Amino acid sequence: MSLFSFFDRERTIAKPGFSRWMVPPAALCVHLCIGQAYAFSVFNLPMTKLLGITKSAPNDWTLAELGWIFSLGIFFLGVSSAVFGRWVEEGGPRRAMFTAALCWAGGFFISAFGVSIHNLWIIYLGYGVIGGCGLGIGYISPVSTLIKWFPDRPGMATGMAIMGFGGGAFIASPLSVWLMSIFRTSTHVGVAPTFICMGAIYFFFMIVGSIIVRVPAPGWKPAGYTPPAQATKLITTNDVFVYDALKTPQFWLIWWVLCLNVTAGIGVLGQASAMSQEMFPGKVTVVAAAGFVGLMSLFNMGGRFCWASVSDYIGRKNTYFVFMVLGFVLYCTVPYMGATGSVVGFVLCFLVIISMYGGGFSTVPAYLKDMFGTRYVGAIHGLLLTAWSMAGIFGPVLVNYIRQYNVAHGVPKAQAYNVTMYIMAGLLVIGFICNLLVKAVDRRYHMQPDRDSALGTAGLASGKPARA
Amino acid sequence: MADSNEQSGTPAWQLALAWAFVGIPLTLGVIQTLINSMKLFQ
Repeated sequence: MSLFSFFDRERTIAKPGFSRWMVPPAALCVHLCIGQAYAFSVFNLPMTKLLGITKSAPNDWTLAELGWIFSLGIFFLGVSSAVFGRWVEEGGPRRAMFTAALCWAGGFFISAFGVSIHNLWIIYLGYGVIGGCGLGIGYISPVSTLIKWFPDRPGMATGMAIMGFGGGAFIASPLSVWLMSIFRTSTHVGVAPTFICMGAIYFFFMIVGSIIVRVPAPGWKPAGYTPPAQATKLITTNDVFVYDALKTPQFWLIWWVLCLNVTAGIGVLGQASAMSQEMFPGKVTVVAAAGFVGLMSLFNMGGRFCWASVSDYIGRKNTYFVFMVLGFVLYCTVPYMGATGSVVGFVLCFLVIISMYGGGFSTVPAYLKDMFGTRYVGAIHGLLLTAWSMAGIFGPVLVNYIRQYNVAHGVPKAQAYNVTMYIMAGLLVIGFICNLLVKAVDRRYHMQPDRDSALGTAGLASGKPARA
Repeated sequence: MADSNEQSGTPAWQLALAWAFVGIPLTLGVIQTLINSMKLFQ
């Protein structure tokens, strides 16, 4: 038995009696680590003083140059999850989690080297490209496993893992600041040793996750759970091959639903601090705005778990209807809150909006499972994450440029965001229509047993309940 | 919450350990963020 066989899918099949409640912590081990990406900005300022130490020297990197590190990471998250999705699905979660750990920790180690010799391209390669691949592979690695363990509550199960991605920044941010304060000396700012420490900690955490993760045995189902004998209108009992899913209108409709929901949220998430101060000059201070951003992060994380869990009861399509309708109402309300000076109303509106932004991410794997079955849901989810990359570009651009245009044309800063809010509301109307058009996948896309063999996937332990 | 056949296989301490492993750092991070967020109301 070679060491590599330890990572085989067959070696991860759970023995009878294994508790499925061991799997969410395994998933969280990975997602809490890769969620550090949201907190990378804590390194930006120290990395502009690597040479000058107390202040930026002429040869020090600029914030604009450093901004590309995070952008590259998110770009390669989308690319790698789309490219490696099928490999992740067929190779099993342990191999994927281990690979993600190697990439993610390796990205930190390479970046530490880049910092020590002051070469930004090495950091782009380390954190941006290699770490970004760790992000993508890690993000999708536990999704289908969780759905197979929790066929009765797939939304809640994936919501737990994806909540971890939102929560990872809460751990990473204070940890990074603390480590840099320990390693800082009069001759360097302590970024490189902090990267090495964080890489080692994350590698350990992710390896623990890969060791404890298990896939259910074929035919396993939770005690007391009876799989539906027949597919309901929007929940299939069949599977769709990963690349066949791309040929269905359902995939692209859900792609747009996610893209528009994320675009609406990500733009305001990045600008929340400036927006709150400009809309309420004199009322919201810099310190209060920072508190507002923190509160939004908490609602972003909580929304991931709560909305995905709610979707198990009201259905995925209805959950997205709530996001679109409630989001539309709230975005239209924000300018009124600004005009009346209601800070409380403004904060409440955005907390609900940002909870739905998080909920959009966590509900979508279960939506895909309902549409395309469980076998390739992780890989299909990987392809869908390209919508995130797209939204990551358009959301902030929409908010920033429209505000800039308004200010340049004499609109007072307090009202400069009003048009943006109405545009966001308009995007949600389009999202509503896309969601409305989602119907069950045509049966010609369903996988057939003979086709499974042709695709070389007959031996894949899908672990899904036997079809009726 | 638990399946009928789960308890015989996975000991409760293992479950508690696994959840504590991820739950403790997450809880500490959430508390820290919550404390910082309170500045909004000061």
